[in-house]
Amino acid sequence: MNTSLSWIKAYVPDLDCTAQEYTDAMTLSGSKVEGFERLDENLEKIVVAKVLSIAPHPDADKLIVCQMQVSADGETLQIVTGAPNVTVGALIPVVLDGGRVATDHDGKKVPGGTKITKGKLRGVESFGMMCSINELGSSREFYPEAPEYGVYIFDPELYPNVKPGDSAVKALGLDDVNFEYEITSNRVDCFGVIGIAREAAATFGKKFCPPVITETGNKENAADYISVDVQATDLCSRYVARVVKNIKLAPSPLWMQRRLASNGIRPINNIVDITNYVMEEYGQPMHAFDYDTIAGKKIVVRRAAVGETFTTLDGQERKLDPDVLMICDAEKSVGIAGIMGGENSKITENVKTMLFEAACFDGTNIRLSGKRLGMRTDAQAKFEKGLDPNTTMEAMNRACQLIEELGAGEVVGGCVDVYPNPKQPWRVKFDYQRTNRVLGTDIDKETMIRYFETIDLKYDWATGEVIVPTWRQDVLCHADLDEEVARFFGYANIPVTLPKGAVKGIIPLDRRLNDIARDVAEQYGFSEAMTYSFESPKVFDKLLLAADDKLRATVTIANPLGEDFSVMRTTPLNGMLTSLSTNFNRRNKNGRLYEMAKIYLPKAVPVTELPDERIQFTLGFYGDGDFFDMKGVMEDFVGRVGMKGTLTYKNDGAYPFLHPGRQAEMLYEGETIGYLGEIHPTVAQAYGIGDRVYVGVIDMPKICEKASFDIKYEGIARFPAVTRDLSMVMKKSVLAGDVEEVIRRNGGKLLEEYHLFDIYEGSQILEGHKSMAYSVTLRSKDHTLTDEEITGVMNGILKGLAALGVELRQ
Amino acid sequence: MKERLQAIRNACFEKLEQAQSLDVLNEIRVEFLGKKGALTEVLKSMKDVAPEERPKVGALVNDARTAIENRLEEVKQALERKLSELRMAEETIDVTLPAKRMTEGHRHVNNIALAEVERFFVGMGYEIVDGPEVEEDYYNFEALNIPANHPAKDEQDTFYINGKILLRTQTSSVQARIMEKGKLPLRILSPGRVYRADEVDATHSPCFHQVEGLVVDDNITFADLKGTLAEFAKEMFGAETKVKFRPHHFPFTEPSAEMDVSCFKCGGKGCRFCKGSGWIEILGCGMVHPRVLTMSGIDPEKYTGFAFGVGLERIALLKYEIDDLRLLYENDLRFLKQF
Repeated sequence: MNTSLSWIKAYVPDLDCTAQEYTDAMTLSGSKVEGFERLDENLEKIVVAKVLSIAPHPDADKLIVCQMQVSADGETLQIVTGAPNVTVGALIPVVLDGGRVATDHDGKKVPGGTKITKGKLRGVESFGMMCSINELGSSREFYPEAPEYGVYIFDPELYPNVKPGDSAVKALGLDDVNFEYEITSNRVDCFGVIGIAREAAATFGKKFCPPVITETGNKENAADYISVDVQATDLCSRYVARVVKNIKLAPSPLWMQRRLASNGIRPINNIVDITNYVMEEYGQPMHAFDYDTIAGKKIVVRRAAVGETFTTLDGQERKLDPDVLMICDAEKSVGIAGIMGGENSKITENVKTMLFEAACFDGTNIRLSGKRLGMRTDAQAKFEKGLDPNTTMEAMNRACQLIEELGAGEVVGGCVDVYPNPKQPWRVKFDYQRTNRVLGTDIDKETMIRYFETIDLKYDWATGEVIVPTWRQDVLCHADLDEEVARFFGYANIPVTLPKGAVKGIIPLDRRLNDIARDVAEQYGFSEAMTYSFESPKVFDKLLLAADDKLRATVTIANPLGEDFSVMRTTPLNGMLTSLSTNFNRRNKNGRLYEMAKIYLPKAVPVTELPDERIQFTLGFYGDGDFFDMKGVMEDFVGRVGMKGTLTYKNDGAYPFLHPGRQAEMLYEGETIGYLGEIHPTVAQAYGIGDRVYVGVIDMPKICEKASFDIKYEGIARFPAVTRDLSMVMKKSVLAGDVEEVIRRNGGKLLEEYHLFDIYEGSQILEGHKSMAYSVTLRSKDHTLTDEEITGVMNGILKGLAALGVELRQ
Repeated sequence: MKERLQAIRNACFEKLEQAQSLDVLNEIRVEFLGKKGALTEVLKSMKDVAPEERPKVGALVNDARTAIENRLEEVKQALERKLSELRMAEETIDVTLPAKRMTEGHRHVNNIALAEVERFFVGMGYEIVDGPEVEEDYYNFEALNIPANHPAKDEQDTFYINGKILLRTQTSSVQARIMEKGKLPLRILSPGRVYRADEVDATHSPCFHQVEGLVVDDNITFADLKGTLAEFAKEMFGAETKVKFRPHHFPFTEPSAEMDVSCFKCGGKGCRFCKGSGWIEILGCGMVHPRVLTMSGIDPEKYTGFAFGVGLERIALLKYEIDDLRLLYENDLRFLKQF
């Protein structure tokens, strides 16, 4: 929404403020001004000048030397110009020596404009410059009377009072400011200049003077010309029709053209301009039909027929459906309600009689119809917001008033008004103390009521109710009144306090665990990544998932931005591998990343209920390190959250995206909590990573179930420990995990610690075998171990190992 | 005898004078004090001394031993000191050589900002809560006073899973979920991911983060909202930060406001960073709409509340002067390591 300052001042004549003051005050009272543009920005020392004489330039065929009268008392200047349209007697805007125009020499608007100084053109002195409309910072779009080539010439018919020495900026109406507003969707009334002017008057405490609409029309009756039958009453709450005959198409007056231009609307002719003007003033779109094309003197408002097509006035054929509201005559459709009129009934140069429509259509229907039809018109944008049916009649009568004032035609008396359920003002109970309680203020009742009255909310002292005019559809309950008070009292004037009472701050366990995971990852050199939650279903092929893999069951977005963002991830790996790939290909060494990445596992496909959202602590790296580095980080994390039970690993080849010989499921006390491994070379290649990549994933909800911070002091061992080394040979198929399982099982309570200190495969050992050496430490908390105890435990371990086919080395 | 002892003493001192290593010192000790040493020899010859002379001679020998032992210790200490100084002199390092460091990882800038936000609000007594990202239409819209066909639904360009389930467009969806549990008073903070159908560019992402705050109690006022958020702004952007509240519209709050903070780059004078206005828009907020309270089973006659929503990326981008939102999701280590 835009308005010029002059248009606002037309309704708030006492308004006296700078553009900046206006911007600030309006923004703080709720009509946010996004910015403003001074139309006379960089225009300095530009006057109306009259061409007294023209002489050829002695040295240049394309230049002429003009004597110009630049002031009322006859002062003249010599100006040299190349403009082709200069004639003796013409009034032309001229920038004087030291003045400024908006454009550079190529006619492009430039910041700061261009300074004009006197100088010589091919040896002849020139004391200024004649200006084109572009040099004045505007364009032919808004000043259609300006020539395509050449300088602007004031048409004496349009500007009867302009004389030499006048400010050309003022004469052209360029001494104005254009404001651009960001109006919130609830303030439908402020999508019209009158609504904003009402706010401006209230904001600055000035008198609000909206247009006074007078009686219009001849002695005839519109009802003799037209009848209206609204069939779809649910979609059209009011339909007003009037008739204008003896149309005289002509340009609209300059003041109207200027105001439309300030709102970015190109002037066309008096009839079109009047409908646009009223739409800008009241926010009420109107439509004009050529009356002679309306069959049967009848308008029918109904839903479109199944399969109906219709050609709109832009010549496009539209396919309709029965939810699109149509304006029809006795035989045919003549317009899509609220969106665009038809080609068959549009106003042409030959129009004699016009049917004027102002209606109130259902905003939601218009919006959805527009969407389905792929159309977006100015009228539609206004209707979408949901208009006030009481403004409909006002706008119609205002338009007819302007038709009479402008002599654009003869308005037929009376109107046809179909308005079965007139909307009445409503009442909202008001308690000023409640407002003070909500705002934390101490404003007296009279002050609040004064605020209401400045915006035409009347207060009924007898009932204690506020009477809300129908254009304020946003004021429905007490809280809405609170806001009215707050914005006119000034948000800045409301005190600053803190909520009373002490409440305990809480960080839940899962968030604390996430932070521990972050700390551990960072200590090991992993930096935190963030990737999108949705991806392409093609990712599953890239990860070598089987066609029936359960990870392929996804929460699928019905209206994605594209296939690449169409399914909610069921594995965090694509994001991780994509990010590692980015780093690898940008030659970042030793890429180490982690992400606390949510996955979204549907409970059923297609989705019928909310999916299971699980945070996956996902680690990935390439460069220095191997499988066991990854294992170390993961084990460290598990230990850090107090999970002191046994971690075991198994490789069932369950993860197709991992190297078949270098992958493991991670189990805590026998329950899967994650997995790790080297990325399958085919997958790494698919992601363009030319190095071994390791990933580890831990399911955080599982951690949340098992984590414990219940730590108790265990004492410091006071009795000596005994360490025995076991040097063993076994088949390669025997896993370290199997050996450790035996040590744990037989070590019992006396087992304090064990660790692998040597592993060897090679020529010194029988083929197909390997040697491993473990150090086992035994200790008792309450006595020094006896030889018997030690031998007992060690024999147990040896027996267990023998059962695995493990032999002690000689 | 006396002369003999003196000679031993002199011989020993002379050798000590020459000694340059601890080994040599030890040899000297053995030579003079050892079992077969010079002094022991003297003691052995005591049997030739007249019995009445023996105590006297014994004392003489002891004197000599003590003198030698003392000297030995002195020399040893001096020598040790000297050797130690020598070693340290050799061990001198170039202290300006590069430091050795662990390569620690870095936290994502979003979460650095979030940690600051959370720290502040937990300190103010807020509980951090989570809500689903794949959410029911009801919680994302209807319960927030945005009924079916409300234009605001279009404005937010929602990703739908089906007619009833969508990707939440705002963390405000957590409000009703928490309120309908019926536990009052409430002070919650709910950070999380939200989604809008915006194409990726320097300032838009289809997936970003918000932090929602909600306070419900008896006698919560707009003044409390102002005070809370003014403190928050100071915490995030510095103690000098000023705030400005402008009327605005959200369907789920009334009165509603947008909060600007004074530009932390120019202090409010106006610069390129704040586009000359001196202010930077930070968040939306307001008093919880009575209809929202009612829908969640809270009596608006008894309770009031305020709510606010902050864009996390917006805070991170402003605070760290990052000029392109895409950097946050690209995960280039050269970017991540700067925070």
